[in-house]
Amino acid sequence: MLLQMNNITKSYGNVTANSNVAFSLRKGEIHALVGENGAGKTTLMRILYGMENPTSGEIRLEGKPVSFSSPEDAISHKIGMVHQHFMLFPTFTIAENIVIGREPSSGIGFDRKAAAAVTEQLGRQFGMPVDPWKKVGECSLGLQQRVEILKVLHQGAEIIILDEPTGVLTPLEVKELLIAIKGLATQGKSFILISHKLQEIMEVADRITVLRDGKVTGTVEAKDTDAEKLSRLMVGRDLVHMSRNEIPAGKPVLEAAGITIAGSKTKPLLDGVSLHVDEGEIVGIAGISGNGQSELIQAISGLMKVDTGSVKLLGQDITGEQVKAIRERGLAHIPEDRYQWGVAKDATVAENGLMGHADRHQRYGVLRGSGIRRMVGEWVSRFGIKTGSLSTKAQYLSGGNLQKLIVARELAQNTPFLIAAEPTRGVDVGAMEIIHGELLKKRDAGGAILLISSELTEILKLSDRILVMFEGRIVGELNADNATEEHISLLMAGGKAVG
Amino acid sequence: MDHLFDVSLFASTLRLVTPILLAALGGAICARVGLFNVGLEGLILIGAFSAIVGNHFTGDVFASIIFAILCSVLFSMLFGYMSIHLRANVIVVGIALNFLALGLTTFSLRAIFDVKGAYYNKDMVGLPKWDIPVIKDIPWLGDVISGHSPLVYLSILLVIALHLFLFKTVTGFRLLAAGENPTAAKSLGIKVTRIQYGAVLMCGVLCGLAGSQLSLGNVTMFTEGMTSGRGFIALVATMLGQSNPIGVAASSLLFGFMDALSIRLQGFALPTHFTMMLPYVVTIAAMLFFKDKGYMQEARKANESSR
Repeated sequence: MLLQMNNITKSYGNVTANSNVAFSLRKGEIHALVGENGAGKTTLMRILYGMENPTSGEIRLEGKPVSFSSPEDAISHKIGMVHQHFMLFPTFTIAENIVIGREPSSGIGFDRKAAAAVTEQLGRQFGMPVDPWKKVGECSLGLQQRVEILKVLHQGAEIIILDEPTGVLTPLEVKELLIAIKGLATQGKSFILISHKLQEIMEVADRITVLRDGKVTGTVEAKDTDAEKLSRLMVGRDLVHMSRNEIPAGKPVLEAAGITIAGSKTKPLLDGVSLHVDEGEIVGIAGISGNGQSELIQAISGLMKVDTGSVKLLGQDITGEQVKAIRERGLAHIPEDRYQWGVAKDATVAENGLMGHADRHQRYGVLRGSGIRRMVGEWVSRFGIKTGSLSTKAQYLSGGNLQKLIVARELAQNTPFLIAAEPTRGVDVGAMEIIHGELLKKRDAGGAILLISSELTEILKLSDRILVMFEGRIVGELNADNATEEHISLLMAGGKAVG
Repeated sequence: MDHLFDVSLFASTLRLVTPILLAALGGAICARVGLFNVGLEGLILIGAFSAIVGNHFTGDVFASIIFAILCSVLFSMLFGYMSIHLRANVIVVGIALNFLALGLTTFSLRAIFDVKGAYYNKDMVGLPKWDIPVIKDIPWLGDVISGHSPLVYLSILLVIALHLFLFKTVTGFRLLAAGENPTAAKSLGIKVTRIQYGAVLMCGVLCGLAGSQLSLGNVTMFTEGMTSGRGFIALVATMLGQSNPIGVAASSLLFGFMDALSIRLQGFALPTHFTMMLPYVVTIAAMLFFKDKGYMQEARKANESSR
């Protein structure tokens, strides 16, 4: 065994994040670590990377016991980590980002040409070519990820920890990443892959360790298991298979006609987009991110000005109205980027929950605390939001738990129309099940939902109708019953629909 | 107008620009590690006062400059300790230090010299004037460039040195990294706190030099609050120059020129208080050009998120 972690226990006060966890890694292996939000995956990896000290337990590298008190220790033992939130310097070039910490130098001078040469050589060696002189801030997220991986390779890593590597990538970039990981594994590098996405894990992993509530619930060979068995290990019970009830579509709730936003580029951001969402209907919008979905959401919700075209909500024209006015007419919005649009990081859980509900919880302009705490507290228990208390600052919640809070808040608006953009980004299967269930419940009760997601499985599972966006236009409309993943993928890539 | 833009105007520009430039370079280093140092004004004031104190007790110019640097560094370490170690808000700490410096120098002026308002002693030695060989014989140019205090020339060398340090050395590169994304820098084993303290220390040295030039170079005296906003002008020069040594030098030169011009205009029967507004009017105008330029905000944001 290359790496063994035995009986690892980590407690914070009286909370146990890891309890007697055993984990091992062979050379050249891709070992996936899965579990729900807060199951202790990240804690375990932080211990391995020297960012936390275990309360008890031991780590052995090639049989020899080791202990790391800082990431530098881990790095010097050839362990590298690619963090979920990239640790990059956007104004620096790719080469600078890769060599930082071990820069090639002549005397005290930083030899940037040598750095570029090293970077090119590294890219060639591992089959991940990059332009060393390009600024990282100008790179796509997929390319930034590649830079992160090259950086840990440059540090000499033999064991590479990837924390939720595919969360921010487009489907194509995910595919490229998985191929790159497999390629590196055949060259003898070993990977620990933390992920929620069972499909990706089944595609790439050799072995899988499942954590639940800080304990290992199973370590299995990938070939002996399937996504269903894994989710049972993760959640501790069978997942309910949801099915959509067929209900007749009602009156149109949202009607958008010919929305165009020119933008500053040569191609318009939105090019004559027309769509309608009816009562008791979920309309899914599929597409590779950056093809106009964000602009469409912002145009409908009033966050962005429309150049031509009109938006109607419940038969009334809302084009160009204030965001607040539109929301009051009956629109709720689960935004795609929870940190930018969804929460205030420095505000508490209760305060974040109150956003948009403040009018109902005030008297003479003074907020009434008990009602607020009851409302938010009920969401916390219903959605299983893991938080210290209602006064915990939002920034201390994990991404998945924040997402649950936002979903709960927007669903509680009880509006006839809901925009759900990436509603399950970064949440685990258990929470996903709850959120999907709630969305379907809203639909069955006659709500109209516009679902935007880069996860095709999510689109296919929930939508009644599917629209595909490409370069600011809607390039195809499919019925849920006859839509296939292949067909949608083809449309998403700009291909023509056949038949 | 011939009288207005003559040799002595440009010569005095060079002299007046030095304190601003030195302090602005200090501010630039701090800004580069994500600490926006509003306390420059106070640091220069401490430097100016302690240069006079050193001069009074030792009678030696070199010793007084060293003493001024020591005192400014001590004061800047206070800024560093509170904003880096205790994680206090940098703006609040900076403003507090400005007022502390003002009170402390005024109080010490009375305690040490037993005078109010200003201290002047004809026995005190000012900074020497250096004549640059060859250049001093060039007509016009020689009169402008030659015959200044060593600190004037040092400040120009420091611009180049700082530029090379930041953009050509490994240590400089790491300093930039620590400012741009402290969390990422820490994850790579870069000692962010140590770099931040180093930057604050450098800033203290530079402000000590700036203060010495102010009280020993331009005149040989100390008056209460004699910095009169130069620290804030330096701050603007830092921002306008986007914390880039060359840019900082260029914008400092602009403000120094305005300073010299305002003094010169007083000789043209314009009301003193009116001409004294000139540098500040230009400061405000300059701010219009500084429209939230990217990296400073990035640095501040990154700094906040790491806290």
